[in-house]
Amino acid sequence: MTELTLAKALGSGLRRALSDDEKVVLLGEDIGKLGGVFRVTDGLQRDFGTERVMDTPLAEAGIIGMAVGLAFRGYRPVCEIQFDGFIYPGFDQIVAQVAKLHYRTAGNVRMPLTIRVPYGGGIGAVEHHSESPEAYFAHTAGLRVVTCSTPQDAHSMLREAIASDDPVLFFEPKRRYWTKGDVDEDAVGLPMGTARVVVEGTDVTLVTYGPLVATALDAAEAAANEGISVEVVDLRSLSPVDFDTVSASVQKTGRLVITHEASESGGLGAEIAATLTDRCFYYLEAAPVRITGFDVPYPPAKLEEHFLPDLDRILDGVDRALGRVNSLTGWSA
Amino acid sequence: MSTTVPVKAQNVAAEKPNPEFVQLLNAEGTRLSDDTYDPWVSDVTGDQLASLYEDLIIVRRIDTEATALQRQGELGLWPPLFGQEAAQVGSARTLRPDDFVFSSYRENAVAYCRGVALQDLVRVWRGTAASGWDPFSVGMATPAVIIGAQTLHATGYAVGCKNDGVDSVAVAYFGDGATSEGDVSEAMIFAASFNAPVIFFCQNNQWAISEPVGLQAQRPIAERAPGFGIPSIRVDGNDVLAVMAATRSALDRARNGGGPTFIEAVTYRRGPHTTSDDPSRYVDPVVAKEWEARDPIARVEAFLRSEGILTDELAASIQSRADQVAAEFRHGCISLQNPEPLSVFDNVYATEHSGIARQKSQYKAYLEGFEK
Ligand SMILES: Cc1ncc(C[n+]2csc(CCOP(=O)(O)OP(=O)(O)O)c2C)c(N)n1
Repeated sequence: MTELTLAKALGSGLRRALSDDEKVVLLGEDIGKLGGVFRVTDGLQRDFGTERVMDTPLAEAGIIGMAVGLAFRGYRPVCEIQFDGFIYPGFDQIVAQVAKLHYRTAGNVRMPLTIRVPYGGGIGAVEHHSESPEAYFAHTAGLRVVTCSTPQDAHSMLREAIASDDPVLFFEPKRRYWTKGDVDEDAVGLPMGTARVVVEGTDVTLVTYGPLVATALDAAEAAANEGISVEVVDLRSLSPVDFDTVSASVQKTGRLVITHEASESGGLGAEIAATLTDRCFYYLEAAPVRITGFDVPYPPAKLEEHFLPDLDRILDGVDRALGRVNSLTGWSA
Repeated sequence: MSTTVPVKAQNVAAEKPNPEFVQLLNAEGTRLSDDTYDPWVSDVTGDQLASLYEDLIIVRRIDTEATALQRQGELGLWPPLFGQEAAQVGSARTLRPDDFVFSSYRENAVAYCRGVALQDLVRVWRGTAASGWDPFSVGMATPAVIIGAQTLHATGYAVGCKNDGVDSVAVAYFGDGATSEGDVSEAMIFAASFNAPVIFFCQNNQWAISEPVGLQAQRPIAERAPGFGIPSIRVDGNDVLAVMAATRSALDRARNGGGPTFIEAVTYRRGPHTTSDDPSRYVDPVVAKEWEARDPIARVEAFLRSEGILTDELAASIQSRADQVAAEFRHGCISLQNPEPLSVFDNVYATEHSGIARQKSQYKAYLEGFEK
């Protein structure tokens, strides 16, 4: 066990993947000498060389498209997209090529790509540097979409993603890069596609992932002080969603709150609310509640506190799910 | 020498240090002659050159002040233009008000020359607004952060100008790294196909964050455009006169139906990529030193002094004017107010949108809960 930041845990995951499998290659902008703008790849080019850790020209379609070709050749490329908002120039390659090649070739071509994306807000950045684009990818068949919330998960999930024969969108909660935690580099994590109950509770199920797991845990603690028992579920995988774990929790608590930074409309929260309503209709004692970013572009830094779900908004949602007095009491929609 | 006399070549025989680019004022401040480009600046007088010099000093001063403001926590981030002043001022000062600029995030000197208010330069970097100014009030779009996207916008604007029968020109500013993005190639293809009155103004500052230009281009970037059917000019980007001459010739071409031109201004980013970058990880200090000697301001100063145009008195007054601008800039920055919470919902759509209206009133109710 070593104590590492989430960013360093990702770096150690990449290092292990590079050592364990010579077909693993890294590519992206500024990942070499600079070690990436968040230093996740720090030292890897020095130790593994420029053929395995490649600084690429500044072109996202180029990065993803070249990775497709490398995969055809038996490589396991790990692409770094510098920031969430810069994935769109590579979007076509991801959704039209990467996602579909296995299907299109009747399973003959594997696309074991991992696409790492620092995502989410809360760091006071300028536009295009704080987005949560996960729903676009979760909506696309053929892609696996995952996100981590702890250094241990960051490390083991990344290694699992690289080992996967399916393409994985690996979303890294950038505002948690500096979170520290114990990492066992040999630990076998939960299998890909499974959620984790982080804190058990009996009154409300609070489902979240990535950057908001820490916020949800704070909210659960605050709720406990008021005598409300909140069960926090960290989804970890956004495609597929581990509905068995979420259902089991909701069957126990009868109430569901979902929180994510991404905008509400068409987001993961809607998917979870719909599926849980379907699967747990007779267990639910209230309509599922979503606490999300608003349906606006990610705002300027001085407004982000009004966009991002925080502890108070989550607690308000918990109140709503419990039918307690809340911000919408008396509100007519 | 009277300061109203055009700035002519002093030393016709002087060897150009880099024959690969157009240079009219070398690093030592010697005025070189160039048969093709001299005519484009034959009207520039000593006084006008002194005024360009003042611009260079002021934009550098703004840049230094902004970096300081970032260090003091007043700005979230700042992308310095230190070293690139001549490329920006020399090109922007040749534009007409009815021309239109589409830039990236580093063109603060261009914005200054377009008449953007000082306070408006920092709204975005302070995080109080999504954009700093109204593009139509200054003939300059708000900066594009997505690398290369603006080159297509400039092309579209130019096609619009052409269709409207006006002789306005669109100018796209971008970096050397940007030339790798698909958008930039697509912009050149469209511009050539539609014979668009657009100037592709590439500031090759040698770096895309930590990546040297050699990773983006195996040949001088200016060589790329001819393959798209677009003529190009490689110019010393640290030479304000040469940049001016190159831009004027491109503008003239565009106004007269000649279509697009690509300009590669060869310069150097002397500071970090942004205030959060650490260039010590990738910059060779020896090379950085070499570029220091080619600074865009020092050469104008040397020339103006040798001509007797720049006296100690004038230099001092320019300096004090720069200090005054910096003080105004600082004041403008720190007096920016945080936006109202509910403004987070403003301007998402041009017309009423029931979904936003609903979220806005819900959030209003939520905020009011805290006041009770
Ligand atoms: C599409 C996209 N990808 C990545 C980035 C991140 N990024 C911001 S600036 C930059 C380097 C740009 O270099 P260059 O085009 O040479 O312009 P310079 O900053 O040197 O002026 C990168 C990679 C971005 N803004 N947009």
